[in-house]
Amino acid sequence: MKVAILDYGMGNLGSVTRALEDCGAEVVLCTEGAALEGIGKVVLPGVGAFADGMAALRQRGLDRALGEYVAAGRGELLGICLGMQLLADWGLEGERTAGLGLIAGEVIRLQPGAGERVPHVGWNCVQRLSDDPLWQGIAEGTDFYFVHSYHFAVTRQKQAIARTPYCGEVISAVRSGRVYGVQFHPEKSSFPGRRLLQNFLSL
Amino acid sequence: MLKTRVIPTLLWKDFGLVKGKGFDSWRRVGTVLPAIKVYNTRDVDELILLDITATAQEREPDYEAIRDFTAECSVPLTLGGGVNDLEVIRKLLYSGADKVAINSAAYARPQLITEAAQRFGSQCVVVSIDARRDAHGRYRCYRCCGQEDTGRELVAWAMEVESLGAGEILLTSIERDGSLQGYDVGMIRQVARAVNIPVIAAGGAGEASHFHQALVQGGANAVAAASVFHFTELTPEEVKQYLRERGIAVRNTLQRDAA
Repeated sequence: MKVAILDYGMGNLGSVTRALEDCGAEVVLCTEGAALEGIGKVVLPGVGAFADGMAALRQRGLDRALGEYVAAGRGELLGICLGMQLLADWGLEGERTAGLGLIAGEVIRLQPGAGERVPHVGWNCVQRLSDDPLWQGIAEGTDFYFVHSYHFAVTRQKQAIARTPYCGEVISAVRSGRVYGVQFHPEKSSFPGRRLLQNFLSL
Repeated sequence: MLKTRVIPTLLWKDFGLVKGKGFDSWRRVGTVLPAIKVYNTRDVDELILLDITATAQEREPDYEAIRDFTAECSVPLTLGGGVNDLEVIRKLLYSGADKVAINSAAYARPQLITEAAQRFGSQCVVVSIDARRDAHGRYRCYRCCGQEDTGRELVAWAMEVESLGAGEILLTSIERDGSLQGYDVGMIRQVARAVNIPVIAAGGAGEASHFHQALVQGGANAVAAASVFHFTELTPEEVKQYLRERGIAVRNTLQRDAA
């Protein structure tokens, strides 16, 4: 199975590539939209700031390419961490920046409660809000690895497919049709992470 | 809920792993790749790998070796040593590091922390602080593997790195390092109270109860250790079991087939 990882200069592609290869995928790194031709699985990884991420996608024309890929129903898309956040309409990290607009919502800063610290770093449980093939074979409440300071506030509650208790509530996975996003890092979440990536590849 | 992390630390010097006492008297304790494989198989919460001679030798990290290490690591990995500009950070992240630890370079150019946080996100910027008490009992920060007194006072520096954009602080007691006598709980408490970012305590763990003290009395958010895992029978999983029995939320280690 061929999987395209978008390479737009934001973060650790090494981990994601290796994890997908472990799952049996043939990874293609894409730095331009044309490279998405004939691909049915796309992963948008990323760490860093929202505005920088969007600027980097635009500069390479990848924002438009992703929009076309999704609109034409050519396959599945999985955004990881910043990659999930970029799916939103807006990011409020630094200046207000338009996102990809693939899943309705805004990306806002975590507001720590008593005894909580930001960034949200470490293993935390993922509680599913809907039955989704992404969760196949993964026990309810399994811990995944998080590291982020902003989170995705969804407009349509139905598009939230998992939550994680921190700073009130973090929406830890979203889905709209064939577009998925996870706030945690499956590529760094040991065996459950591998299973999730396998599930994505099997969609 | 968020689980408390137990993090093995690996010190990498030339071609092997070492461990010392008080940042000195290094003993060889094996090689890097097999150690990473073992910890990965044991499904530890996270790993820290510090190249302790990169800064002194004024060289960049060995990215090729790091790619080999990260290829074997499916848990989060923090890389430190020789992290002195944005290009080094970019290459480390590209080589599969999840976070980078900045230490010596931050004193020379504190702005590096801000630039790194803006470019790569504060969540991947760990500022590593090595401290020891002066003659008056005040904690001061040292750079270059504990060799140079920076003249910086610990709590003030910790607050400064937070305001500059650090995502976590890795706090090591030079005096307790390798002693197996327990963490410097007072030092941890001072820093944990002063900042709002996660604090990883390091230096001195010798038995399971020490980890508990650093968390409960010190207020650390995560605990790192090296000697206790190299030189005693204690494993990260046993530490977590001890903490679990005392009501601290830790992650269940998963079996490959249960995932």
